[in-house]
Amino acid sequence: MEILALQVLNSLFYAAVLFLIAAGLSLIFGVMGIVNMAHGMFYALGAYITAWSVGVAGAAFPPAALFILLPFSALAVALIGLAIEPTLLRRFYRRPEEYQLLVTFGLLLVLEDLIRLVWGGTPITASRLVDSLGLVQIGGLPYPVYNLAMIGVGIVAALALWAFVYRTKFGVLLRATAQDRRMAAALGIDVGRIYALAFGLGCFMAGLGGAIVVPSQAAVLGMGVEVLVLSFVVVVIGGLGSLEGALVGALIVSALRTLTIQFYEEIELAALYLIAAIVLLIRPTGLFGRKA
Amino acid sequence: MPVFAGTYQTQLLTYGLTLAIAALGFNLLLGYTGLLSFGHSAYFGAGAYAVALTMRYLDVASMELLLLGGVVFSAALAALFGVVCVRHTRIFFAILTLALSQVLWTLAYKFFWITGGTDGLRVPFAKVTLLGGLVSFPGADAFGKFITSYYYYVLAVFCLCAALMWLIVHSPFGKTLQAIRDNETRARFLGVRIWRYRWLAFLVSGIFTGLAGSLWVPLNGLTTPDVLYWPQSGKIVFFAVLGGFRNFTGPIFGAVLFNYLEVYAVALTEYWQLTLGVILIVLVTFLPAGVVGTAQRLLARLK
Repeated sequence: MEILALQVLNSLFYAAVLFLIAAGLSLIFGVMGIVNMAHGMFYALGAYITAWSVGVAGAAFPPAALFILLPFSALAVALIGLAIEPTLLRRFYRRPEEYQLLVTFGLLLVLEDLIRLVWGGTPITASRLVDSLGLVQIGGLPYPVYNLAMIGVGIVAALALWAFVYRTKFGVLLRATAQDRRMAAALGIDVGRIYALAFGLGCFMAGLGGAIVVPSQAAVLGMGVEVLVLSFVVVVIGGLGSLEGALVGALIVSALRTLTIQFYEEIELAALYLIAAIVLLIRPTGLFGRKA
Repeated sequence: MPVFAGTYQTQLLTYGLTLAIAALGFNLLLGYTGLLSFGHSAYFGAGAYAVALTMRYLDVASMELLLLGGVVFSAALAALFGVVCVRHTRIFFAILTLALSQVLWTLAYKFFWITGGTDGLRVPFAKVTLLGGLVSFPGADAFGKFITSYYYYVLAVFCLCAALMWLIVHSPFGKTLQAIRDNETRARFLGVRIWRYRWLAFLVSGIFTGLAGSLWVPLNGLTTPDVLYWPQSGKIVFFAVLGGFRNFTGPIFGAVLFNYLEVYAVALTEYWQLTLGVILIVLVTFLPAGVVGTAQRLLARLK
């Protein structure tokens, strides 16, 4: 029974991370209409920047102060995204989708190797943050407080994102651009700026996902593609372009993943894709998707 | 070619030719049907693993039988995956093909008692016989002889495949695929059963790529889960983009050129993937017609 409770918590923790990434992917697709193959790399960048900065600042500051590095790392990732959007992606919006996929795939290759160039091939950790919060007893079994805190961060992030998209003026502009780019431009919205900000926001969320995950695991090469593939499953189940879909999809994928790892680890990914394939066969636009 | 060049150069070109067959198959989908697959490693790997598994568990040595096994296995896989994938186009098609290939990769990786896991399965050339057992390679210094014979073998298969693909894309079937690519709605109004045509294209594409994987494996001597992993799919995509996917010969040149690029660039730089990514971005940004397409355009301008 206690094990079940821990597994539910683990699953929620991972769902929080997956939600952040998949929601970013979905947001970028919803507004800009491109699927960013390099999206997982922004998650990896968030993880690496966090682990690196915690390592650098770790000796000089108390652990509690280091938590400020998590949002700042995500912000750094957002800035990288803001630099990439106008220089690289902007010229591809009017071109066929194949080219958009190809250019972001090229970006994936570049970013993965740049990470290796900067931080090397050995995993780096930031476990100091997990250690600083200690453990809590859940039904007699120890569980890191850090994971609980980050489930909370995930919930807050989901609420904040919802409020941002549905309750602010910028959110209205964002949704207007997503629905009809031309009409939005005709009404005087600076579509280019909305695109850049949407891309930056998506990157921020992916970076935050990476920042959250790295203290409990480690930053390793290949983590970007692994999460990209998982977040594809999330958006396929939930519906590409839908935030609710990303939330439900993340919960489903994370629960399923925890279950299969617990009972029959070999089929983890296969089970996930089976579910995704079934959803696609029954509801091609996903559970919450709109008709494209 | 083996008459002029040494064993190493012949081997490199043979690698390039096997990859060119995969590129031919891939481009039936991208260039002629307008579907971008990010999961062609699945069929390449299926061909490679089929050969390795048949050799190991059934003790088959004849290359023709091994190729048959590779083709049958990759055809079955493409037929199955195709049913799921062709219902979707564009982004969803790309995601689904990528996802399914990753499933296969994890299976090869996790079921190590069958597939050898990360160690892979060995396919030593000394065990292979060509042309129904007429040509075999016993002895310690047989490697040179193997490469020479295998080069002609692969060249023959390649020419056959290229001719076959040429016939396919110029047949009514190929023209229908292009019509679907250019205007799906109009093709549907003309009574074309779109899913069936896409599925057939997917199947043929998978078979060509599987055959390429089968031919590749004795040359490499080993198959590991790497051939099923996403970078392998990325390479196949790269062949087509490098050469130019809007013409028939582009992907062939792309594959051969890529093979040389890879061998020499890996020797020069540790950051090969970075180089590759930059080349890809430059190509799609400035030379969307690829090397062959751009060369043709320049030649046309000169005339």
